[in-house]
Amino acid sequence: MGDNIYNEVLIDHNLHPMHLHDLSCATCSNDGLNPTCGDSLSLHLNIENGVIKDGSFTGVGCAISQASTDIMLDLIIGRSTEDALHLKELFSKMINGDISQEEIDELEEAGALQNISKMPARVKCALLGWDTLEKLLKEEGAK
Amino acid sequence: MIILNNNPYKADFPVFRHYPDLVYLDNAATTQKPIQVMRSVEKYYSEENANPLRGLYELSIKATDAYENAREAVRKFIGAKSTKEIIFTRNATESLNLIAYSFGKAFIREGDEILVGVSEHHSNLLPWQNLARETGSVLKFLECDRQGAYSPEDLKAALTPNTRLFAIAQVSNVFGRFNPIREFAEICHRNGTRIVCDGAQSVPHAPVDVEDLDVDFLAFSGHKLYAPMGIGVLYGREELLEQMPPFLSGGEMIAYVTRENATYADLPHKFEAGTVNAGGAAGLRAAIGYIESIGFENIVQREKELTALAFHEMKRIEHVSIIGSENSEDHNGIITFTVDGVHPHDIAAVFDADGIAVRAGHHCAQPLHQHIGVQSTARMSLAFYNEEKDIERFIDTLKTVRRRMGYGG
Ligand SMILES: Cc1ncc(COP(=O)(O)O)c(C=O)c1O
Repeated sequence: MGDNIYNEVLIDHNLHPMHLHDLSCATCSNDGLNPTCGDSLSLHLNIENGVIKDGSFTGVGCAISQASTDIMLDLIIGRSTEDALHLKELFSKMINGDISQEEIDELEEAGALQNISKMPARVKCALLGWDTLEKLLKEEGAK
Repeated sequence: MIILNNNPYKADFPVFRHYPDLVYLDNAATTQKPIQVMRSVEKYYSEENANPLRGLYELSIKATDAYENAREAVRKFIGAKSTKEIIFTRNATESLNLIAYSFGKAFIREGDEILVGVSEHHSNLLPWQNLARETGSVLKFLECDRQGAYSPEDLKAALTPNTRLFAIAQVSNVFGRFNPIREFAEICHRNGTRIVCDGAQSVPHAPVDVEDLDVDFLAFSGHKLYAPMGIGVLYGREELLEQMPPFLSGGEMIAYVTRENATYADLPHKFEAGTVNAGGAAGLRAAIGYIESIGFENIVQREKELTALAFHEMKRIEHVSIIGSENSEDHNGIITFTVDGVHPHDIAAVFDADGIAVRAGHHCAQPLHQHIGVQSTARMSLAFYNEEKDIERFIDTLKTVRRRMGYGG
């Protein structure tokens, strides 16, 4: 069970996260908490004219939450907030085990987390960064 | 040294027939159930089931007997004076909530103090937090050292003339260490303070005698004691229970009811509102019988030897750190640990991939994890039905965790 989820992509992003740092130019931040394990992370974004110019995260978590968040930031930096919300929707679909191959291709490296759909106990870990992103973008959009 | 392989008791647990390769090391969360317990539940529902304590016909009397005989078995098992002192609940959590609510109503006032160990399970913390908030009393903490030990001197210093109650586990579910409850009880009683002992992790693994410990309350769960889920026990000193109001109200806990008022039933039924879990109680009685047939001497020795084996092997693995005592004797079947650079959830996932069940997280003891400065940990916890080869497989996997998470060497 489950061993193959720790594939190279995931392990690499966990051991060498590109986006795990503070962000002095952040225009907004939000915190996410996984109540089952107490892990928490903060997501920081620099958004200008509806485009995510830069982003980072801080906090500790398991390999799945850390890698998933790092991959997410790779994917959304440079995109519009609308695109980011669309990707979040796709990612949730993938984690729920209900996604087409074309949609997986859109998710690029994040597709490496597809097998999490077979590990219900870890779904919250994979979604932690993404859920925080959605919350943050919706709050920003409402402003 | 007893032979730890070909454990004769493992065959009593049907789960291992369904999963012959399962290494189950999460016994502190819940134990597996022996066939003897399952059969007793089946017998209850096949031959003795009716609504207990109510009916006037033969089957209901059988149900009542099954339920009350279980109470007597529990009384003997923990050395209580009277079955009036044994209250059936759903689990340790409900028992602790019952005390907080009912003892709180009767005895806790604004300005009083409640003392709680910092290593307590949330079930022995949140009820006291709520009680303090509701009554305007003050919640204070007794600190333990990094080895998980509490000092009697610290306890003496922490008690004030206002301390009404001290709540502490006999064995912490993170450290696995026995606290000197008898000594604590004596210190508390000299101060006029009542002591609540959370026995969730001690009662299944060692003989516990409430008279000998001299505690005022003891709470434990059946499901950690080889019994079904949904049956738990609260022991309380009779003279205290007499003065405490009911926790829940409704049927089966009354003597006489008018439109406006009710007189309550006598102990212990005053605290058992509604239809009770007689099937669970029958299972608990069978579990106690099962434990007694094996004998605590035997159980304790097996668990100690398995603990020592795991502990010494774990100490030799680089990047593995054990939480709590340096001495395997203090661990009593519970070894909580971390692996450098690997999050405990990932540790548990690697074990799961090899068919080994261990727990990861904060183990419902977040204040303790804050106190010892780690976010979360992994935990292996064993029982007498585990074998040497379970420990070997656990150790083999533990050695591979870092490599499988991408670390060289
Ligand atoms: C020390 C301790 N107290 C209380 C509990 C709560 O037990 P239950 O969930 O059965 O009520 C546990 C179980 O996890 C425990 O380990």
